[in-house]
Amino acid sequence: MPQVLLYLLAKVKKLILHLKKQKKMKEIMTVYYMEAKSAGVGGRKVAWITSGGPVEPLIAMDVIPVYPENHGAMIGASKMGVGLCETAESMGYSPDLCSYARSDIACATVNGGPIGGLPRPDMLVCCNNICGTVLKWYEVQARYFDVPLFILDTPFCHVGFAEEAKRYVRKQLDEYINFLEKVCRKKMDHDRMKEVGKLSLEGQRLWQAVLDTTANRPAPMSAFDAFYHLALIVTLRGTPVVVEYYAQLLAKMKDRVVKGIGAVPNEKYRLLWDNIPIWPRTRWLSQKFAAHDACLVADTYTSAWCGTMKYIDENNFFDSMAEAYTRIYLNIGVDEMSRIVVGMVDKYQVDGIVMHSNRSCKPYSLGQYDIQRIVEKERGIPSLMIEADMVDERSFSESQVATRIDAFMEVIKQRKS
Amino acid sequence: MLTAGIDIGSISTKAAVLADGKLLGSRVIFTGYNSEAAGKRVFEELLGELGMEAPAVRRIVSTGYGRNSVKFVDKAVTEIICHGTGAHFLNPLIRTVIDIGGQDSKAIVLDENGKVKNFAMNDKCAAGTGRFLEVMANALEADLDGFGEMSLKAERPAGISSLCTVFAESEVISLIAKGESRFNIIAGIHESIAARVSALANRVGIVPPVVMTGGVAKNAGVVKALEKKLGVPIEVSPFAQVNGAIGAAIIAAGLR
Repeated sequence: MPQVLLYLLAKVKKLILHLKKQKKMKEIMTVYYMEAKSAGVGGRKVAWITSGGPVEPLIAMDVIPVYPENHGAMIGASKMGVGLCETAESMGYSPDLCSYARSDIACATVNGGPIGGLPRPDMLVCCNNICGTVLKWYEVQARYFDVPLFILDTPFCHVGFAEEAKRYVRKQLDEYINFLEKVCRKKMDHDRMKEVGKLSLEGQRLWQAVLDTTANRPAPMSAFDAFYHLALIVTLRGTPVVVEYYAQLLAKMKDRVVKGIGAVPNEKYRLLWDNIPIWPRTRWLSQKFAAHDACLVADTYTSAWCGTMKYIDENNFFDSMAEAYTRIYLNIGVDEMSRIVVGMVDKYQVDGIVMHSNRSCKPYSLGQYDIQRIVEKERGIPSLMIEADMVDERSFSESQVATRIDAFMEVIKQRKS
Repeated sequence: MLTAGIDIGSISTKAAVLADGKLLGSRVIFTGYNSEAAGKRVFEELLGELGMEAPAVRRIVSTGYGRNSVKFVDKAVTEIICHGTGAHFLNPLIRTVIDIGGQDSKAIVLDENGKVKNFAMNDKCAAGTGRFLEVMANALEADLDGFGEMSLKAERPAGISSLCTVFAESEVISLIAKGESRFNIIAGIHESIAARVSALANRVGIVPPVVMTGGVAKNAGVVKALEKKLGVPIEVSPFAQVNGAIGAAIIAAGLR
């Protein structure tokens, strides 16, 4: 290895060590992306994986997981989505295609975006529990990078979870391990896998506990804070850093509850958010609602990463994750989704629901009108539909959205007066 | 007590002045590019018409897209609440308001006290709005004010299938090229708006009696097409276009 590379590697390692001592989100994510970007130098492998995919086997195999969807959110939040979407469209991709997919596909070719592109993958892991788009998206990337692709097919659970589906998914988990062993040229350490499973579950429990603190009045944090703190349970699930981070965050939130500190200074109205955030507009939305003394106390999005703990067997994580990964929020029927939403309405005592009809995310947006109708019938609370996109700002009209939010808040105020 | 409501829409700006809950007068002007100036001008012109001075008006509420651009008002309230309040004032029995404005169409369900129970607004698209009609009137080189009358002479409304204003316009141009009658094309345009707005109204759940407000309510062809599509009679008040401004003036009277 050339001297200069060794020198750089030593430098990076030193910096990573320094940053690792800090338990702040920005530092943790910086370390994570630095490690991923220098993986090749350190002899580690990188896998790109879908946001709902089983990451634990990758962690157990010491593979660094990288999430194009998390990257998409970063692109959106840094308002770089439109440029990348336009690049993808000039490559021939339809503007109707998911904006995470468009920005990721474009980013790979230009190494653009807020972090200069994602580290090159050694393999791709695609689980279709979140949507069908990921199949073609990952096939495109597998061809582009010329790397192996593993597809985990999780049948849609219209009602319940059939025994056949369970066997089908469980069988694929073995194939997943075979795939990893082949690409990594080493055997899976099943004891290590158990450890990772335990850490994953522990991280999920803590994340749920953090989200639960917003059942208090005033809520110590809002959904907009949850959108920020979410990054770790998505990207580093199954590692100790997640457990440490959320344990600290939980303590902080509990302290705020005791002291009566709310995320919105004068919380009068409590709302529930549905769908992926409008990343380029989270700050604007947060201020808009806060100006009405409204706090978005909970959301269906961030809770999706701890929503299937009931299916996980603590002592047999590997086998039970077949069910847990198949029955996630986006892979179940509208009736069950509605039950979850009604449960959240009760738990967090919300006065209304704000739904983002997300032009990019069809599986998340389909059924929203039904859920709206069911919740209205069962709990009598109103809901607002905002038409936008998670990354592509061209689908956002500020004055239209402002009018809808103002009108919605006026209706809620009228109802509560 | 004198109160005023100013409704600054994307196409027209409206004002209404009330004296202790009685409508004294109203006025409509084009908004143009400066919504603040339009709000000021319509108010001053109406006061001039009524022979009044601005200080005589105790409270003013603004509404519409330009509601936050006028600084001399006491409060800005959205069109939803104002149209609901205005419709209830003109007829307390009304339970559903369909308002088609320049860039928004909305369906509002009211309770017996005129409070908004629920509402739905058009998605991010100009189809089914006043702007849609304007674009079509341009394509047909027809006067928008005559649209309603003309459509009633149609023998067989032309089919316009496109959901997008721009594509619908090119559909209209090709219908003209095919020699389709103007009356049939205009009736087709009205049916297309009715289809769009009735989907919105059904989503929120229509409760009769229904009233239509906003500038488009002046178009008898749209009202007829909507009645047919929804299967309920629709009332139109002579104050349809200034309904939002009237509602704003009533809300102004209630301000403390």
